[in-house]
Amino acid sequence: MKRFSQLIQELEMSNKTNDKMLALVDYFNEADDMDKPYVIAMFTGKRPKRPVSTALIKQWAIELSNLPEWLFAECYHNVGDLSETIALILPPPTSIRDRKLNEWINDLALLNDKDEAFKKQFITKAWDTLETSERFIFNKLISGNFRIGVSNKILVNALAKQSDTESSKIMHSIMGKWLPSEINYTDLVNGVHVNTDNSWPYPFCLAYALEGVLSSLGEPQEWQAEWKWDGIRGQIVKRNGELFIWSRGEELVTEQFPELHFLLDELEDGTVLDGEILSVKDGKVQAFSILQQRLNRKTIHKNQLKDAPIGFYTYDLLEYKGRDIREEALNKRRQILERMISNLKTNSIVVLSPIVSFNQWDELAKLRETARDLNSEGIMLKKLNSAYHSGRKRGDWWKWKINPYTVDTVMIYAQKGSGRRANFYTDYTFAVRDGDQLVTIAKAYSGLTDKEIKEVNAFVVKNAIEKFGPVRTVKPELVFEIAFEGIAESKRHKAGLALRFPRIARWRKDKKADEINTLDDLRQLLQATLLPPA
Amino acid sequence: MALITFTNKGIYCKQGDFYIDPWQPVNLAVTTHGHADHVKWGNKAYLCHEHTKPILQHRLGDLNIQTLPYHKEININGVKLSLYPAGHVIGSAQIRLEYKGEVWAVSGDYKVEYDGISTAFEPVKCHTFVSESTFGLPIYKWQPQQDIFNQIKNWISHNHDKNQTTVLVAYSLGKAQRLMAGLAGYVDIYVHSSIANLNDAFFKAGIILPHTIPITAETSKESLLKGIVIVPPAVADGKWIKSLTHAATGICSGWMQVRAGRRWRSADAGFALSDHADWPGLLSAIKATEAEKVYVTHGHTAVFSKYLNEIGIEAEEVKTQYGDGEEEDNIEVNKD
Ligand SMILES: [Zn+2]
Ligand SMILES: [Zn+2]
Repeated sequence: MKRFSQLIQELEMSNKTNDKMLALVDYFNEADDMDKPYVIAMFTGKRPKRPVSTALIKQWAIELSNLPEWLFAECYHNVGDLSETIALILPPPTSIRDRKLNEWINDLALLNDKDEAFKKQFITKAWDTLETSERFIFNKLISGNFRIGVSNKILVNALAKQSDTESSKIMHSIMGKWLPSEINYTDLVNGVHVNTDNSWPYPFCLAYALEGVLSSLGEPQEWQAEWKWDGIRGQIVKRNGELFIWSRGEELVTEQFPELHFLLDELEDGTVLDGEILSVKDGKVQAFSILQQRLNRKTIHKNQLKDAPIGFYTYDLLEYKGRDIREEALNKRRQILERMISNLKTNSIVVLSPIVSFNQWDELAKLRETARDLNSEGIMLKKLNSAYHSGRKRGDWWKWKINPYTVDTVMIYAQKGSGRRANFYTDYTFAVRDGDQLVTIAKAYSGLTDKEIKEVNAFVVKNAIEKFGPVRTVKPELVFEIAFEGIAESKRHKAGLALRFPRIARWRKDKKADEINTLDDLRQLLQATLLPPA
Repeated sequence: MALITFTNKGIYCKQGDFYIDPWQPVNLAVTTHGHADHVKWGNKAYLCHEHTKPILQHRLGDLNIQTLPYHKEININGVKLSLYPAGHVIGSAQIRLEYKGEVWAVSGDYKVEYDGISTAFEPVKCHTFVSESTFGLPIYKWQPQQDIFNQIKNWISHNHDKNQTTVLVAYSLGKAQRLMAGLAGYVDIYVHSSIANLNDAFFKAGIILPHTIPITAETSKESLLKGIVIVPPAVADGKWIKSLTHAATGICSGWMQVRAGRRWRSADAGFALSDHADWPGLLSAIKATEAEKVYVTHGHTAVFSKYLNEIGIEAEEVKTQYGDGEEEDNIEVNKD
């Protein structure tokens, strides 16, 4: 695991894409062949089942290190990562063993059906044979959650370079449902398994956010505009009498959406559709917060089927009669798609994502302003003669989102950042007014400049009212404008609602705490988004 | 009987009428060491270890400085004062005070491991101990410095293989000399002018340091590529570094122990090499003093004093102005 630990350190230290890519190339040149598919699986988000709960891991680490729990909490707060905190506080190892990454992963998987005593014995013994940096990796393997800033694109480019294969081919090969224990590295990058697997999805074509002026895109006639839907991007695959639904997270979600199962009978074999899974009621797209009730559930209640029925808005056709047609022009693919959708016997569940017609760019700009009325996030622009690219490519597809919602809030809690930022209060909690009370509605990490962070920090130091561990209650005085993407009901939050992707838009030094928004303002917004679109 | 009170000018000994590392001008400033957060300009007189004198002169100019060797006792208004090695940087001292049988000690900054260049730390038996706690959390446990130097050497040879110039970022007082000692003979060591000037001051005071080559306008980029370059933090992100052949920067600091600390600074490598005591070091040093009461200054004061109380050592946190920018000021940076 030493070689993998070295890779992680190199990836973490570097902030240049090319260096990361080269570090990966070096790794795939030098690493154990058996380990490589596991690393690819990990970096593409394939997660094994977690064999031991966080609570137990934490408890054993506290026991071994002989620290009071509050001190462990302080450490965690300074480090900002549980796996790392545990790696750092454990007593030094008594003997060092270098085992292969795949051996560790397989052993961890075997823990799943063992009892707690066995698990504890295994984990604590493992800790005792690992150096701090490998312990950290080991803890991450337990959690299955390895986010270290390697995008799919960097990984794919590295694999392409290392194996001298085209990157679109690699991207295709590493998608889908393969198991690292059952495939070797060479077969994986060559995509040997692709032809034998009916479920095989294609890499999604992704858009960059539109920058600059629309007119820089050229003639409006060269473009197709669609609404940008706020749901789950999905791919529907029908091959050899089987139906598969993939989400963009590369998860098979077929079972979650029974409404779409009719496609098994109605789609021809050798068909792959790209589109958006949405909640659609009476022909109208519902807010994301309604769709959310249907996500990640093992069982679906009748009420959920009734309140949040699923629809699929198709964007594109990737495979037709068993042939990969991604290189055909968009308008041609769309023609075939339109014919195919109109031939479905069951209508109104799987439909075409409508084209937004316009003649002038400023006409489109006006239409974009109405997106929210349709529960859309804005406009997608796709070049009519474009191929369906693998991943993100600049130039042919653009997303042009509407501006986010904003709310004026006051800061009421502050907490110090971690690591080097441990010296500054950088994590804040914000509230709106509810009568004569303040109600928390969002937590956001600083989106402020270094200079502003210092200023806020000085304010917190001076105006702290109470301490709860690392948290300081501060005088409600500083007003911040919070931007967010959506709003949903939430029983977990005192306010009864939660904001999606809240972040600090700006510090409103011009406003006083009595000028902030109220909870009623947000409730009204919530109600407005829940109404069926006009 | 308290020998020390904590005032807004700094740590004050009333019986002797002097201050230790004050941050506002006073008559007599007893100085633990030459880092900028411990010694300010403008005091009427300074008292410090003889090896700290060249540092103060170099940094603050011509001052009224009286010096002492370690262990020699002098009497100031009836208070017996002596210096004990703190092992932090060259000349760093703990201040031992004795008055009518009562003994207090002020640690300044210290580390327990001998670094090969500063006189090794010695615990001071006392009734009351004033300790720093810069790295007073159990996450800070240093590896033996030999291991860290091996990692640094591996990294240097890795950079040489890839035709990259190795740049090590280190405080000009302390860490720079420690790196010089640890890497002497392994590779040619080039130093930034601010480090070279301080080394000169040491040399003139008769302190022998490992051989280094000052970087001047004439130094070729090719020669730097073959050796290594040590620069202070203030120039680490500057244009000059960018002008080197494929510079790879490595930061040497205790903060590098934590991943977030490494990421926060944009560098290619981080080495947790610190001149402060780690968690086990702080605890062992404090226990060795056998002090009945401990005051905790800069760093994780609240957490560390709470923990000491829980393990039966009476402790209290003290607010000071130490610990901010050990030496960010007073560096003559060539803004090139
Ligand atoms: Zn210092
Ligand atoms: Zn200090």
